[in-house]
Amino acid sequence: MTFIVAKDLEKSYQVGEVMVTALKGVSFTIETSSFVSFIGPSGSGKTTLLNLIGCLDKPTSGSLTIGDTDIRSFNRRQSANFRGHSIGFIFQDFNLLPVLTVYENIEYPLLMVQNTPAAERKKRVTELLEAVGMSSQSSKYPDQISGGQKQRVAVARALVTNPKLVLADEPTANLDHETAYRVLELMKKMRDELQTTFIFSTHDQKIVGEAEILYTLEDGKLISRQVKGEAHHA
Amino acid sequence: MLKILQIALRNLLRYKRRTLLTASLITVGVVFVLLFMSVSGSFKNMMVGQITDSMLGHLQVHRKGYVASIDNLPLTLNMKAKAVHRLQEILDRQPEIEASSPRIKFGAMFSNYTETSNVRLNGVVPEKEFATVPLLSSRITEGRKTLKRGEILVPALLSKGMKVKVDDTVVIIATNKDGSVNGRQFVVAGILDGITGPGGRDGYLHFDDAVELLRMEEAEVSEIAIRLKNFDSLHSFSSRLEGIVAGEMNKENKPLFEIHTWEKLSPFFNISKMIDLMTLSIKLMLTMIVLISITNVMIMAVYERIREIGTIAAIGTLPGKILSMFVVEGFLLGVFGAIIGGLVAMALVKIVNIAHLTFDFGQQKDLLLVAQLHPKDLLFISITVIVVSVIASLYPAVKASRMDPIQALRHV
Repeated sequence: MTFIVAKDLEKSYQVGEVMVTALKGVSFTIETSSFVSFIGPSGSGKTTLLNLIGCLDKPTSGSLTIGDTDIRSFNRRQSANFRGHSIGFIFQDFNLLPVLTVYENIEYPLLMVQNTPAAERKKRVTELLEAVGMSSQSSKYPDQISGGQKQRVAVARALVTNPKLVLADEPTANLDHETAYRVLELMKKMRDELQTTFIFSTHDQKIVGEAEILYTLEDGKLISRQVKGEAHHA
Repeated sequence: MLKILQIALRNLLRYKRRTLLTASLITVGVVFVLLFMSVSGSFKNMMVGQITDSMLGHLQVHRKGYVASIDNLPLTLNMKAKAVHRLQEILDRQPEIEASSPRIKFGAMFSNYTETSNVRLNGVVPEKEFATVPLLSSRITEGRKTLKRGEILVPALLSKGMKVKVDDTVVIIATNKDGSVNGRQFVVAGILDGITGPGGRDGYLHFDDAVELLRMEEAEVSEIAIRLKNFDSLHSFSSRLEGIVAGEMNKENKPLFEIHTWEKLSPFFNISKMIDLMTLSIKLMLTMIVLISITNVMIMAVYERIREIGTIAAIGTLPGKILSMFVVEGFLLGVFGAIIGGLVAMALVKIVNIAHLTFDFGQQKDLLLVAQLHPKDLLFISITVIVVSVIASLYPAVKASRMDPIQALRHV
């Protein structure tokens, strides 16, 4: 079932007096509960594309629908609301809140974004803590755990609200290979359990093989789509 | 809300030194203001109490033109007996009045048989006068705390200058309104301590003796001093009484009486106004201290946490909630400052009172400084500090809530 449809997406920025086009006519579709990666060198437009899919930014032209929702019409508040209820984010630098414990960081979206009742919050957070193997570290603060553990907490935080989509911008960039593979395995496992669509960007050639569908970006253009186990499509 | 409070508290504790410095600044400001208010307020109330309770009364009624007259103690502008009677009837009907005292004020020569000096005198009905200005008796430092016919209460400065003691006989010579001179012997019943302000160095004799000395055919009165049951109702009562006596006209159909509150009669009112102005200035300074320090610290907090703001915005925290997180931080700083400042101020007021500090004011020596911190002042300052703290944190909070998540997440 088609989940995301992008048609002729363009995104331009004004940098000083120069207009920079970060995305040039990008079109693609992504199916529900797929595990997709956008790859490409730095400056290829991966982060810009993820920002558009994540409703953090709006395309200059083209259309983008997630589910049945055309996200271009959102105002600031509607975007925030959509992100809070439908999208989970995993950041390259983990971006855990330093004043909250592991438990509280995972609980944050339920409490501060979705206003979920306490009993349900506790159930969801406990489940996610177990799923990412962080139950024993739940009362620790981010500065008391390792990078890999932080990213597992970030994965749990992104999934705690049962989002339809999780976006991860370079989720393994700050992790060693072993930890990076483990985090990706965790993401796949969670995808299998929760039927969540995962989209991540990377330029780390060693982990791109973990993606089931691989889109390659270059100079703001989508130059290829590759499905694992299928022939290369240009 | 509880979680926002918890996050705000933890963020404040995250930068302990900065939080401590800002809270200390607010605390010092609150302590300074409360201490000033308690000391200056108590000083003001004490002085007003001294002036009204030992000399002026809360308000006075005169014949129209008496106070403004260029003559000193003009006997020609005394209220006639008939007018006094009408006025007394009006006053007797006012339930707010605790006591009133008619006075004949005049200037006279004071002689101890070897020397002569000038003196200002009040002819009073002792029981009425002591009821209207109850602290008058406390000003009698030597002698009897009563006043009978044939007796005089002599001001301390005159007693010292003329070497007059209690039970000495003196002669008072006065000129009445027709220019006729009369003299009489009086026994010194007591020595009166002088106080600052009009009438603070006056002597007192019996009302009937004044009538006799001035050869009045009917008792004429210079003023009627009034003491109210509730001092706080002074202005409302004064306005009401003005309305009532406005209907009393003389033969020329002009107003017969005029009302003066103590404020119009005593120069201390200007000092009191200055104290109020200084208090207001210090309150404004506190407001600025709180405003600037909280705005500064919250702006720093926002700039230091740009990536965190980007993160919480990206994961769907609504702008209003981000705003409230920062406003609550400012609110908590204000609450800490107000509570600690209030507690320290209460302790310092206690210390000031235990230390028994004294001061001089004009003629009055060794006045005991009794600092009083009123709960309403404490509440007012605390609420002001908290409200200003919230207002001060609004600008940085709005800035945080409007931050573009992409820009914020890119921030290094």
